[in-house]
Amino acid sequence: MGYCPNTPEDIREMLAVIGAGSVEELFAQIPAELRAQSFELPAGVSEFELMGLMRQKAAAGGTEVVPFIGGGIYDHIIPAAVDHLTGRAEFYTAYTPYQPECSQGTLQALYEYQTAICRLTGMEASNASLYDGGTAVAEAALMALRITGRKAVVLDASVNPLHREIVCGYLANLSAQVAEVAPEGCDSDLDRLIGSITQETAAVVVQNPNFFGSVADFSALAARAHEQGALLIVSCYPIALGMLKSPGEMGADIAVGDGQSLGNTLSFGGPYFGFIATRKRFIRNLPGRIVGETVDQEGRRGYVLTLQAREQHIKRHKATSNICSNQSLCALRGLIFAAALGKQGFEDLASLNFDKAQYAKELLSAIKGVRVLNAGPTFNEFTLALPKAGAEVVERLLGAGVAAGVPLGAYYPGMDAAIVVTVTEKRTRAEIDAFASLLEEALWN
Amino acid sequence: MSMHFTKEHEWVKVDGTQATVGISEHAAHELGDITFVELPQMGKIVKQFDTLAGIESVKAASDIYAPVSGRVFQVNDKLEDAPELVNESAEDAGWICKLEASDLAELGALMDVAAYAEFLKGLE
Amino acid sequence: MELIYEKSVAGRTGVRIPISDVPKAAPLPEALCRGAAPAFPEVSELDLVRHYTNLSRRNFSVDTNFYPLGSCTMKYNAKVMENAGALFADCHPVLALLPGGEKLVQGPLSLIHGLEQQLAEITGMDEVTTQPLAGAHGEMTGIMTIAAYHKARGEARKYVIVPDSSHGTNPASAAMAGYEIITIPTAPYGDMDLDAYRAAMNGEVAAVMMTCPNTLGIFNPHIGEICEIAHQAGALTYYDGANLNAIMGKVRPGDVGFDVVHVNLHKTFGTPHGGGGPGSGPVGVKKGLIPFLPTPRVVKTADGSFSVVAQTGGIGRVSDSFGNFGIMARAFAYITLLGGEGLIEVSEQAVLNANYMMARLKGEYELPFDVTCMHECVFSASRQLKDGVHAIDIAKYLIDRGFHPPTVYFPLNVKEAIMIEPTETESKQTMDAFIEVMLEAARVARSNPAALHEAPVTTPVGRLDETRAARAQQVCCE
Repeated sequence: MGYCPNTPEDIREMLAVIGAGSVEELFAQIPAELRAQSFELPAGVSEFELMGLMRQKAAAGGTEVVPFIGGGIYDHIIPAAVDHLTGRAEFYTAYTPYQPECSQGTLQALYEYQTAICRLTGMEASNASLYDGGTAVAEAALMALRITGRKAVVLDASVNPLHREIVCGYLANLSAQVAEVAPEGCDSDLDRLIGSITQETAAVVVQNPNFFGSVADFSALAARAHEQGALLIVSCYPIALGMLKSPGEMGADIAVGDGQSLGNTLSFGGPYFGFIATRKRFIRNLPGRIVGETVDQEGRRGYVLTLQAREQHIKRHKATSNICSNQSLCALRGLIFAAALGKQGFEDLASLNFDKAQYAKELLSAIKGVRVLNAGPTFNEFTLALPKAGAEVVERLLGAGVAAGVPLGAYYPGMDAAIVVTVTEKRTRAEIDAFASLLEEALWN
Repeated sequence: MSMHFTKEHEWVKVDGTQATVGISEHAAHELGDITFVELPQMGKIVKQFDTLAGIESVKAASDIYAPVSGRVFQVNDKLEDAPELVNESAEDAGWICKLEASDLAELGALMDVAAYAEFLKGLE
Repeated sequence: MELIYEKSVAGRTGVRIPISDVPKAAPLPEALCRGAAPAFPEVSELDLVRHYTNLSRRNFSVDTNFYPLGSCTMKYNAKVMENAGALFADCHPVLALLPGGEKLVQGPLSLIHGLEQQLAEITGMDEVTTQPLAGAHGEMTGIMTIAAYHKARGEARKYVIVPDSSHGTNPASAAMAGYEIITIPTAPYGDMDLDAYRAAMNGEVAAVMMTCPNTLGIFNPHIGEICEIAHQAGALTYYDGANLNAIMGKVRPGDVGFDVVHVNLHKTFGTPHGGGGPGSGPVGVKKGLIPFLPTPRVVKTADGSFSVVAQTGGIGRVSDSFGNFGIMARAFAYITLLGGEGLIEVSEQAVLNANYMMARLKGEYELPFDVTCMHECVFSASRQLKDGVHAIDIAKYLIDRGFHPPTVYFPLNVKEAIMIEPTETESKQTMDAFIEVMLEAARVARSNPAALHEAPVTTPVGRLDETRAARAQQVCCE
């Protein structure tokens, strides 16, 4: 049943060696009053019944809906090689590379991943991944508090609302304050952000593109933050970084984001991976696992987990973070995705996203009463103001098999008529045209 | 110059009111190859046995406690690029910082060289 | 072996992206764009596949080697679970949050709810959240729930108690939730010193965190009492479920007196370890803590359908979505496949296998606590140390013989610790082969310790200079 291979004969032999009369005897030390009061689970099934049940559940998973939604989680292509290579059992049934000599596969792959993240974000040191984008932003905030010894974080409210909730949750129990700065329409209010920086500010946190899809250059903000001894944290969308100015180029101190768009399936919410990268001088403050290059006694190059003294298994309650696992296999998917597309392919993919979104933006905003709210440029997401409540329109279009966008009313007061529309390379012109027709119909018929 | 030791394996050498602080050969050996020394801030004021600095090796991390009360007026900058100095010469060139000591009577609570040697034997 | 970047040749192209069917848009202003495309590798698909295929062959893994890594529960990862998990690849979670979206994703929502119910029954808790993304994340979530509980009652409690044998994530997670740690030493019976614990427990303690069986593989017969002592002082009790593989069907932490538990789906419930993750750390709570669970919750409504509801007044959000759903789907598949009886058999066989290991090896290796173990046993290489052989040397020798080493140097309260957890999916034949090599290693330690110091010699690289790595801090290719 439970993949337990030993036969009654094997069991008899083992019990004889142990000197016990039965398997139950091995549990005899457990007092009666501690025994399970119930253990009512249905009987087991075979692979056949299991797959029948799982197929049923998957069929009711909304995959027939055409998604023009993002909210931090994106429908992108995944080259076939990603599944095949990460499906190698030596990768997915191994564990943390504690014994480096027999784990060079995982270790070298993570080193290559760290390199990819540095090149993507324009930073100098990356870790071997965090849980997801939201917790990555929180870990970056904690990192900034440690580096500066200060107690406050300025958080741009055009950062993903779900990520902001996580940051506030993480900081609530520590004596640290979070000050949110409202956006100006769909853009970061740079003046107010700068104005909120004090001598107690550890970091300013922004996102590019932001939750509304607006693209910005935060170089000036970085400079102003540094003048006050504060750090700049930029949360970014990996696919967009095939085109947009990187956090490194802006002068940011820490870059974070969710790597899901790099080769990881939607899978109803996970697993994904968070990435975090920084300047070399802050490397000791990075949370999580880090792989470093070294040599063996013969001078052969190899890779090991390094700077482990930061981590919980050594520093315990004084560790940079409690994190133990990383998202190794998901990070590997991200790496292979990047390598499968290659430098040119990645740049082209970003361009394609941009072109598709521009086409959709023009088509949709040509509909009577529909207006683009972003004052400036966008990448592959943009915010539309509709003549009806966003929630109502989204619900209607869902009934017709299209997820039109994420209504903003729940996240931003006064924005009930707005939705954020996402267009990736997977949305065909036909799908976009059909979406426009449906939207026009929903608004005016 | 006499040397005194704490139970946490720090040593202190006093010259007038200036106290040089480091970790013992024993401690350095226990830690293994030192990879990083977290030097204290200049001007930091500590009481005896407060956390003064930090030290890390590949497999361990340790706090360094002040053997006497005082104010940090000098740190061993060489340790930033060459933490291995602590392994090479823990009780001499691998010193960590110097304090302007505020109460030398505190040395009375520490062990001298002979007492520390006895203490180490007792740990085995 | 070269890095993928070293195999790059400028101009090589990779996979073809979708063909554009829309006009080229006017480019963004230069000030918003990056200077040059990210320097990702430029390799052909064949080179890509060869590189990562060959790289994978440098790993030991459960599918290729016996992997008795104590505390990690490296059991077999059933392939049907992979097939089951893959079915949900294209399900977009944000659909569930859209108005009118829930009814389109009843399948995944029913799975989340189903798993939470399964785990609640297995652990004896009242409600479960599958949001935490790993064990340590679950610990943090659980402790934050406890903090919210005390805060709601106006109680300012500052401390969390842990035994010195606890996994580092316990104190680290409590610290992230704002608590100071009190560590209690291990007594000769193999677990937390009860007198020291009683003395430390008072009205300022928020919680005690226990693992049972503990990290020595020993079941603590006083665990019920430990919970009572905490409750009498108004403190709550946290169960670290890393070792749940030992007790399914026999003991439920909820029945014993625990208020909050986390389980590790990638340990007990057989989801693959992925080279270090992803995992999943669902958290279960007793009634009184339900209001403090993270948001959102998946609930079953009166008409039998499933709905996503916001949890206000709780600890807020701990992850972007519903948790690591792909891992949760695999665990749900595992529990469904095995059923109640299958899970009971898992624990029984896990405990039998570990005791067999212990009985066969205790002649050569020191047993710090010579009592019946549960699913793992801890030895000390103290005898071998007399010949100058450390636990790490034994580990490296095992690698040359084709076995992944057990966990070494954990728990911290055993010198030269060697923690062996065979799991229930290993046969007597496999274990006998491993035991023979362990016994051989002990003999070699006596006769030729130098041979052990040189190991491993059969792997692509030998022992690596970790000091150099930490000092050089070379973490990416230039």
